[in-house]
Amino acid sequence: MIQFQYTRATAAKAALDAISRDKTAMFIAGGTNLVDLMKRGIVSPERLIDISRLPLTDITTEGKSLKIGSLALNSTVAENKTVQQKQPLLVQALNAGASAQIRNMATVGGNMLQRTRCHYFYDTALPCNKREPGSGCGALEGFNRMHAIFGFSEKCIAVHPSDMSVALVALDATVVVDGPKGQRRIPFIDFHRLPGDRPEIDTNLLPGELILGVEIPDNRFAKNVHYLKVRDRASYAFALVSVAAALQIEKKVIRDARLALGGVAHKPWRLSEAERALVGKPVSESTFREVAQLAMKGAKGFKYNEYKLKLTPNAIIQALKVASKLV
Amino acid sequence: MKFFDKVIGDPMNRVDGKLKVTGAARYSAEYQLPNLSYGVVVSSTIAKGRIRSIDSRAALRAPGVIAVISHENAIKVPGWADNEHPTEPPTGGRPLRAFYNNRVYSNGQPIAIVVADTYERARHAAMLVKAEYEEEKHETNFEKNKGKAVVPAVVKKNPKSGLADYERGKADAYKTASVRLEAEYVHPSEVHNPMELQAITAYWEADDKLIVYDKVQGTKPTQQAFANEWKIPVQNVRVISEFVGGAFGNGLHNWPHETAAIIAAKMVKRPVKVMLTREQMFFMVGYRPYTWQKIGIGADKDGRLTGIYHEAIGQTSSYEEFTESTLQQSKMMYTSPNIGTKYRLLPLDVSTPIWMRGPGEATGAFALESAIDELAFALNIDPVQLRLMNHTDTDPEKNLPWSTKYLKECIQVGAEKIGWSKRSLKPGGVRSGEWLVGYGMGVGTFGAHRGAAAVRAKLLANGSVVFQSAVTDIGPGTGTAMVQIASEHLGISPEKITFQLGNSDFPQAPNQGGSATVATVGSAVVATCQAMKERLLEMAPSADKRFANLKLEDVTFDKAHLSITRSPSVKVAYTELLKKQNLTELDVLQDSKPSQEASKYSRYSFSVHFAEVHVHPMTGQVRVKKVVSCADAGTIVNKKTAANQMIGGVTGGIGMALQEDAVMDHRFGRYVTKDLADYHVPVHADVPPVEVYFVDKPDYIVDPMGTKGLGEIAIIGVAPAITNAIFNATGKRIRELPVTPDKLI
Repeated sequence: MIQFQYTRATAAKAALDAISRDKTAMFIAGGTNLVDLMKRGIVSPERLIDISRLPLTDITTEGKSLKIGSLALNSTVAENKTVQQKQPLLVQALNAGASAQIRNMATVGGNMLQRTRCHYFYDTALPCNKREPGSGCGALEGFNRMHAIFGFSEKCIAVHPSDMSVALVALDATVVVDGPKGQRRIPFIDFHRLPGDRPEIDTNLLPGELILGVEIPDNRFAKNVHYLKVRDRASYAFALVSVAAALQIEKKVIRDARLALGGVAHKPWRLSEAERALVGKPVSESTFREVAQLAMKGAKGFKYNEYKLKLTPNAIIQALKVASKLV
Repeated sequence: MKFFDKVIGDPMNRVDGKLKVTGAARYSAEYQLPNLSYGVVVSSTIAKGRIRSIDSRAALRAPGVIAVISHENAIKVPGWADNEHPTEPPTGGRPLRAFYNNRVYSNGQPIAIVVADTYERARHAAMLVKAEYEEEKHETNFEKNKGKAVVPAVVKKNPKSGLADYERGKADAYKTASVRLEAEYVHPSEVHNPMELQAITAYWEADDKLIVYDKVQGTKPTQQAFANEWKIPVQNVRVISEFVGGAFGNGLHNWPHETAAIIAAKMVKRPVKVMLTREQMFFMVGYRPYTWQKIGIGADKDGRLTGIYHEAIGQTSSYEEFTESTLQQSKMMYTSPNIGTKYRLLPLDVSTPIWMRGPGEATGAFALESAIDELAFALNIDPVQLRLMNHTDTDPEKNLPWSTKYLKECIQVGAEKIGWSKRSLKPGGVRSGEWLVGYGMGVGTFGAHRGAAAVRAKLLANGSVVFQSAVTDIGPGTGTAMVQIASEHLGISPEKITFQLGNSDFPQAPNQGGSATVATVGSAVVATCQAMKERLLEMAPSADKRFANLKLEDVTFDKAHLSITRSPSVKVAYTELLKKQNLTELDVLQDSKPSQEASKYSRYSFSVHFAEVHVHPMTGQVRVKKVVSCADAGTIVNKKTAANQMIGGVTGGIGMALQEDAVMDHRFGRYVTKDLADYHVPVHADVPPVEVYFVDKPDYIVDPMGTKGLGEIAIIGVAPAITNAIFNATGKRIRELPVTPDKLI
């Protein structure tokens, strides 16, 4: 870990000023990922601007949406009664992430911005285009059991590790940011990006921008949601595959649907076509099987993650079955 | 004590429990010596080759850095001079020598150490050290190189070694059995990840006097090893390892970072503390080796075994031979008239493995107990019945009677407690909602070993007794067990007894390992208590003449008093005798070793593990719902710490069956799953209620307390119990560990 300066911002404006003055600076909130990255020499900010005391922790309802401050802790959001009532899918996803201790430190904004857990990204002795552009993708021909089956490029096959973001992309959330360009709103689906030729860039957040919060429009899914996370142990492991499923069911017919995957792509993977295919269909295992096949269009496996081509549709079916209370 | 007493009762709390939970217990990295400096090891990033140069300029300029030490500038370790320029390692090899030359034998090998005034500064500077290499082609891929396995050097030297090829009857008799099968099993490398990282604080008190606070499993063997390395008198080395935060075998070897710290301390003339990072634990301090096994097994139609053939190839390093008893259980567990075993080693460009709990026996039991289950399925016989039918009443390998063996009783109780009667012979026959339910079992055995040790006891004027032994306590609660043994054999309440350990200045004790500590050191405690009682009886007439000419068996020692058994009113306090003799203390040192009688018996501990497992057919997720473990381990000294050991062993077994997998990218010869996010061990949510039952019948052939070892059998047989249950649930036989969800969909 290199030596760094540490300052604590007391207002969002001050934080934005501070970061605009120092290109090597980074914001730190919970630090559950950043500190590890610094210890391993993967990122080396010369200044840390601690934003954890900024007043961006409120959880409020405004008009027809739920607003969550970017510095609300994962555990606080998951325990919030309004969130539990309005957006139970988000609560399930949050509780599937990390451990209780980490959720007590991690913030909503930090969760979105966590880096991939690709083995090659974390080992400075191995090649990784995301860490060191041009060094090659270690995972492409290497141990890629945890890696992407959708949306990858020759340069990078890493996946985004967040659970929370899978729920947020399914729930049509919007990210509100402030920065050099002033305040702007980014649809969650456009927040994370695919690796393409620039795998070192994870999101469309611009340098010097600060996430203020996320907004989730109200919906009618609360009764029929499920976040399924398939992992190598019962808790505290990243997803092999995860599914966020939300259904609006009337008289055993699906009126509306949201579906997204985690652990399969460089970004939380929204399944819009599959969602459309669910609408108007009866709740049944055969409906879900058809949709799961549709969702897999374009998927491609690598040497060690071929199993995801089977596990993913299985997980989609299972999540839809639980969400629709078929099981 | 009741036969099969369930483990809730009157177990004594750990004598050091409070110290541990309050943080007062000091571990090897927690000694703050004056003028202390901190060393951080720099590791190689290639698997094989030579170091062309080490650029330490940036590191040396970094704040607080005292020295950067590598093969380029390290002082010569005098004990290595005898074999200064070997072109190849000697037969059987030898441990890696830190900074000895420019050779790199494995990825992650220590190539330098940075010493600084704080740990953080040392760690930062270590990242600035840059090495240039001449890389050579490495071989780390076990499967690709399997054909190059060799006979272990230890067998070449000693053809009577237990690792030599073994044949009883005809090794390939299974091939003509009426029901037979052949199967291959793969166990990946499993890396030692005890809670406490490997750490040492080294301090040269004088030019020829060394003190180390070191995380080891034996203070005496370590003392000898360092005395040899530095060519100094053995008494000039003091090894302190008072508390060990889990070791599981990885402290049974002295590793290069230890010598690196000692070299550094000598060079900077200050105490140096070195603690490995979690990642470094994967590369330089041993692991359970990748092992391939093949079993051929056959039986007649009624299920009587007619042949077992068991072959294993274990991985080792290119520079040092590591062997373990992977095939032992196959030689003596079942009644087959025909048995063959064959053990080979595959040297690769990796670091040296070391024993990991259970060690080879646990790896071997995965194959054997899986094969028994496969055979039972092929025969359409209940696996419990098959094992009982082929139970051995005497040791078929050594042709000796067992000292004690209550395995049948263990199996019967375990089957009842797990609810074996609910098991369907046909896989997939039981469901719980969507989940497939399966039941499986695995048997384990391990030698009931006992070595030689000595123990000192000092009875003080205030009536307390201090015992001393060089033995370490790596977690099982050795100090607690010894206090209990001493209390019983000296007639003094446990609160009055202190058991000091983990210091090479104390009397001789071997490594804590191989489940032998209670038998070895406990026997020495008994012998010392006996000697002290003799001394007290000699002194007794000075207080009351009626004690004159009595023998030990005429006297009762209880509540810190001697009394004449036939007239209990004649009694005298131990402290009274000290007073009469004007003694401030009574000091007794006694040693103890196994009896000749013991060699007339075959001595083993036995266990059986039963698992109920649920498998989700869509997602492949496995949940172990219940484990019942029954152990035949002689007298149980402390039911709480013993149950604790069993539960820990089961937890390790769950990791072995379902999670642990040190994956190497062979293009680089480097592990890719090398932190606790990627290398999975069970979390609480993975560990179900574990019910533990002990036979609790003494085995006085092994030792005077009647104990047999417990640590290894706690894990041996657990993994196959789980994988057999998975088969029973799903009909899928996974022969390559760990069984992760992807293998079950």
